[in-house]
Amino acid sequence: MEGLAYWLPLIWVVVLGVAVALYVVLDGFDLGIGILFPASPEEAHRDQMMNSVAPFWDGNETWLVLGGGGLLVAFPLAYSIIMPAVYLPVLIMLLALVFRGVAFEFRWVAKPHHQMWDLAFAGGSITAAFTQGIILGHLLEGITVGDNAFAGGTFDWLSPFSLLTGIAVVAGYALLGATWLVMKTDGAVQEKARRQAKLLLPVVLAALAIVSLWTPLAIPRIFERWFTMPNFLLLAPVPLLTAYAAWRCWSGLQKEHETAPFVATIALFLLGFLGLAVSNLPYIVPPTLDVWQAAAHPSSQLFMLVGVLILLPIILAYTVFVYYTFRGKVRHGEGYH
Amino acid sequence: MDFDATFLARIQFAFTVSFHIIFPSFTIGLAAFIATLLVRWRMTGQEHLHRLARFWTKIFAVSFAMGVVSGIVLSYEFGTNWSGFSRVVGNVLGPLLGYEVLTAFFLEASFLGIMLFGWNRVPPGLHVTSAVLVAIGTSLSAFWILAANSWMHTPAGHEIRDGIAYPVSWLEIIFNPSFPYRFAHMFTAAFLTTSLVVAAVGARYLLKGRFLEEAKTMLRMGIGMVALLAPLQLFIGDQHGLNTLEHQPAKVAAMEAHWDGSKPADLVLFAWPSETEERNLFEISIPNIASLILTHQLDGRIQGLKDFAPEDRPPVKPVFFAFRVMVGLGLLMIAAGLVGAFLWWRGRLFETRWFLYPLSLSWPAGFIAILAGWWVTETGRQPWLAHGILRTADAASPVSAGAVLTTLILFVIVYSVVFSMGVYYINRLIEKGPIGAAVKTSEGVPSRPLSAAEEAAHEAIEGTR
Ligand code: HDD
Ligand code: HEM
Ligand code: HEM
Repeated sequence: MEGLAYWLPLIWVVVLGVAVALYVVLDGFDLGIGILFPASPEEAHRDQMMNSVAPFWDGNETWLVLGGGGLLVAFPLAYSIIMPAVYLPVLIMLLALVFRGVAFEFRWVAKPHHQMWDLAFAGGSITAAFTQGIILGHLLEGITVGDNAFAGGTFDWLSPFSLLTGIAVVAGYALLGATWLVMKTDGAVQEKARRQAKLLLPVVLAALAIVSLWTPLAIPRIFERWFTMPNFLLLAPVPLLTAYAAWRCWSGLQKEHETAPFVATIALFLLGFLGLAVSNLPYIVPPTLDVWQAAAHPSSQLFMLVGVLILLPIILAYTVFVYYTFRGKVRHGEGYH
Repeated sequence: MDFDATFLARIQFAFTVSFHIIFPSFTIGLAAFIATLLVRWRMTGQEHLHRLARFWTKIFAVSFAMGVVSGIVLSYEFGTNWSGFSRVVGNVLGPLLGYEVLTAFFLEASFLGIMLFGWNRVPPGLHVTSAVLVAIGTSLSAFWILAANSWMHTPAGHEIRDGIAYPVSWLEIIFNPSFPYRFAHMFTAAFLTTSLVVAAVGARYLLKGRFLEEAKTMLRMGIGMVALLAPLQLFIGDQHGLNTLEHQPAKVAAMEAHWDGSKPADLVLFAWPSETEERNLFEISIPNIASLILTHQLDGRIQGLKDFAPEDRPPVKPVFFAFRVMVGLGLLMIAAGLVGAFLWWRGRLFETRWFLYPLSLSWPAGFIAILAGWWVTETGRQPWLAHGILRTADAASPVSAGAVLTTLILFVIVYSVVFSMGVYYINRLIEKGPIGAAVKTSEGVPSRPLSAAEEAAHEAIEGTR
């Protein structure tokens, strides 16, 4: 394979990986707020929780559009196979995102009759997180492909493993949300979030451990990737760093640090993500299509890459600017409404 | 991949995209309207402009949220419902949608936060800039998505190998033959729609004798825009039609319900086109006028539906009727603009109740015309998804009819709830009017002491209760 056709798909898989990782971390904490909603019935607390993410959620969710759009741009064949395979989970996720997205605005204008939108916010967030986990689990398990198209059934995605990854993502987002609240709020809301984070951390670690053991045991190609020499030694830092991040998160919560737990949770997520990438690359539709087979025409990938290289730094810059604008703690009653 | 799943997928796509377009139609114009108000307020210091901007920003926030979430649905439906779409035309259209995300969505979504929540957080100059950036974002979004959509109608700049479209010239792909017309027509449509809503709200307040200062500003801005844009829209629409005649003659034949290409085309005012008998029932028409409009000659010839094989014809009835709804509403808007401008000139615009009353009810007109217009365009493109390249039936995903039906029902339920509640809340915000929105801002302090911000926010919350 000559130069461009070899390198472009690899560059694109990195770009997509960055977009998805950013999505998971950023929308993860605001979906996490919704997941934690049922545990905080007090209206004032809910106001504060919601306001801590209100200026950001739309920007955060845009990474999901980039993730899906990026897959269509760079790997149209993968897009056309994956989407029908996870048809129901994807559409249910979208419907859930509709509910929780409009809740951000509707909840305020509906006051004092906003209970229904509290429910929509919580239910939407939980459902969206759960279906994202299911999609992830099904991708890892492998999609049935025949003749370059999806060839499986409507409920292929439903399996014990995908249910497990579904729960894992819900717990993970909840942990991100809780540590975000530790950082962004004070008083009773912060106290409660800290307690919740301490409960959630072990659950998330257990889920990480189960997935890390299940996938190599169930899928030989992943076993080979991790447990043969010299890979085993080269990859050893991944689990070690994960353990370190978990410890930093825990000790940060114990010592009542405000930012350390959130940063450590992000690190946990990124390491988990890295682990999945190590397990599966260069497949984009494991285990049938690799990044070269699924790649768009080099001219399409190149045209878009130019835009990404110019625009992504600008986007990141103003995203940072928006977060900087709304830095510091959110207090009761702050918002534009 | 049976017919049923394809048919249901079409209904689902038509339903979700029709739902989505309602909100951009409004937010594109409203973002620009709010930005204009804020810029004028900065230049003149008139407080009522600021109150108006705050008021419309709340309504904007509610509609924008609905636009965002329904839009995300669409971008995934390309894969879930039309997997053939990404396989066959993904190389060409993917990057256009990608550029939309990078240039438009991130811009509008990020600065929306500052526009909505930054009133007391950032200096007014930066706040106004954010509103302008959101407005630019919505326009860029329209640019890219319409480039993609226009390419599906009039593909250019590509080559087909093994049934798959590959890009050759990006400039030709983006600026494909129908794009300039479609962009101008849709952009004008969005501004017209917003102008009518603004004018209608102004008329509503005037009739009730409330918020007079704000109402007059709204009415002047709204009517002024309608008077300018409605005639312009007729002109653009006409040019658009001529372009379509060149590239998609079957669509024009369906719009005019013109069957027999060997005769000059009549301007059909009303008819019941019968696809089985290949003629119009109950036709009322003016002879030769459609030929005059389309060819500028009384006995000019345009192709009729019978010139196309039945499997290459679009469905006639929806195209024919939707076209009449759109043009009819367009003519009404021209009339409203002219009458309004006349009354304004005579200094009676704010008192003439027989004009204000219908005007106050006219806010849905733009939305209906836009939906009708899209139904003309999209249904008229059938049976093609990308004209001459990919048939709709060949693009459908290999998913079961049951799954599509289930999600279709869910969409109808969820969207009905969200839509009716959204309209209800917007109406409530309008009932309360621009007073609650009034909050004193301190000049130029980036981060004020929190207690003051808190107080301001509380005042604002009281206002919406
Ligand atoms: C003429 C304009 C126009 C048209 C034809 C469409 N849209 Fe749209 N879209 C917008 C104008 C717009 C907008 C003005 O930019 C929105 C509306 C409200 C908003 O939040 O941004 C938007 C939002 C929006 C979003 C959410 C962006 C975000 O996260 O902030 C997505 C993913 C899409 N759209 C995708 C689509 C798709 C796949 C379409 C075609 C089938 C489509 N839009 C038609
Ligand atoms: C935003 C305003 C739009 C509206 C209201 C609209 C409306 C419709 C309608 C009514 C249909 C069904 C036609 C039929 O089956 O008879 C349809 C189909 C479709 N449209 Fe559009 N459309 C819009 C924009 C777009 C854009 C911007 C794109 C792509 C970039 C697009 C892509 C499609 C596709 C893929 C289908 C499905 C296949 C088909 O049935 O033709 N549409 N649309
Ligand atoms: C007043 C006379 C009008 C004429 C002659 C006219 C003409 C047309 C034509 C010929 C099309 C089909 C384009 C195609 O072939 O694909 C179209 C589409 C459309 N029209 Fe109109 N139109 C008029 C008024 C309006 C008004 C008032 C609105 C909305 C406020 C509107 C909104 C649209 C939209 C959204 C579309 C679909 C997008 C596009 O293809 O441009 N039109 N119009």
